[in-house]
Amino acid sequence: MKKLTKYIFPIVFLAFIGISYLLNFASGEQIGGNFWLFFKEMILFLPLMFILIGLFDVWIPREKIEKHIGEDSGWKGTLLVILLASLQAGPLYGAFPFAYILWKKGCNIRNIFIYLGAFSTIKIPMITFEIGFLGLKFSLLRTLITLPVFIIIGYIMEWYLKDKNFEVKQP
Amino acid sequence: MLVLSVITGVCIIVSFLFDSKKTIKGVKKGLTMFLNLLPTLLLMLALVSIVFYLVPNETMIKYMGKDSGVAGWLIAASLGSLSLIPGFIAFPLCSILLKSGVGYPTIAVFITTLMMVGIVTLPVEAKFFGWKTSIIRNAVSFVAALLIGIIMMLLL
Repeated sequence: MKKLTKYIFPIVFLAFIGISYLLNFASGEQIGGNFWLFFKEMILFLPLMFILIGLFDVWIPREKIEKHIGEDSGWKGTLLVILLASLQAGPLYGAFPFAYILWKKGCNIRNIFIYLGAFSTIKIPMITFEIGFLGLKFSLLRTLITLPVFIIIGYIMEWYLKDKNFEVKQP
Repeated sequence: MLVLSVITGVCIIVSFLFDSKKTIKGVKKGLTMFLNLLPTLLLMLALVSIVFYLVPNETMIKYMGKDSGVAGWLIAASLGSLSLIPGFIAFPLCSILLKSGVGYPTIAVFITTLMMVGIVTLPVEAKFFGWKTSIIRNAVSFVAALLIGIIMMLLL
């Protein structure tokens, strides 16, 4: 029963979409179409990513990760998380589970948020796409300006969360 | 997508060959996390599809229009924060915006908020980071996006 109540909103939403299709309610049909578009993108991508994260969890020892991107990792650790993030693909919500596993393996607060910043703004597969549509000059300039900005955000978040028992929770 | 499937498949097989117990534990753990998150993800996708319906591309083009300056920026930043558009739709849209007269700095603000700030993804983010931290991260990123716009304007 408790499991079902967690799904109450999605069920209501899907019921609304279903009824819209039955009654040919155009707005509802359009929202349904949008939902399907985004749902397809997620349902293929996320389970695979979570499986990889699960495997990462059981195979990679904490000490290894902590040494490279943990408390005393310095700028090399920062460089490493940026590199890691820039090679990935997918929407921002795909980065949260990965941030969780990095945190669990000892990544420090600053690098967690730098990772999120890099993941969202400078993924290489996406930049190639950006260059195609908006040109090399704009894309490079945007990337170069954004880079120091989200590193600063990492420092701000670290400074703010340092004494606040911050943790990334397992969903 | 195909790449990810192949990578995952290879990882599972290699991992299984080394240690079947560990592999099952890992896969199970990953899928459990996914299932726990699923209700929130569906909620997020429902919100996204509603926002996407309420604010179609034509509306974005109309509001960002030629109006640069503070109002245009704030509109760009708000629209970018609200929506969650995958790159394959966002970049073509930005290229249309450019052609319809929107300036590069405004586009930079729009793209940055689009990527870094997500109001509809907040429920998912909060599952991992808690509400307070998530809201702060998004707020700081919102300001950062405006800052990126300003730097862009000074350089271009």
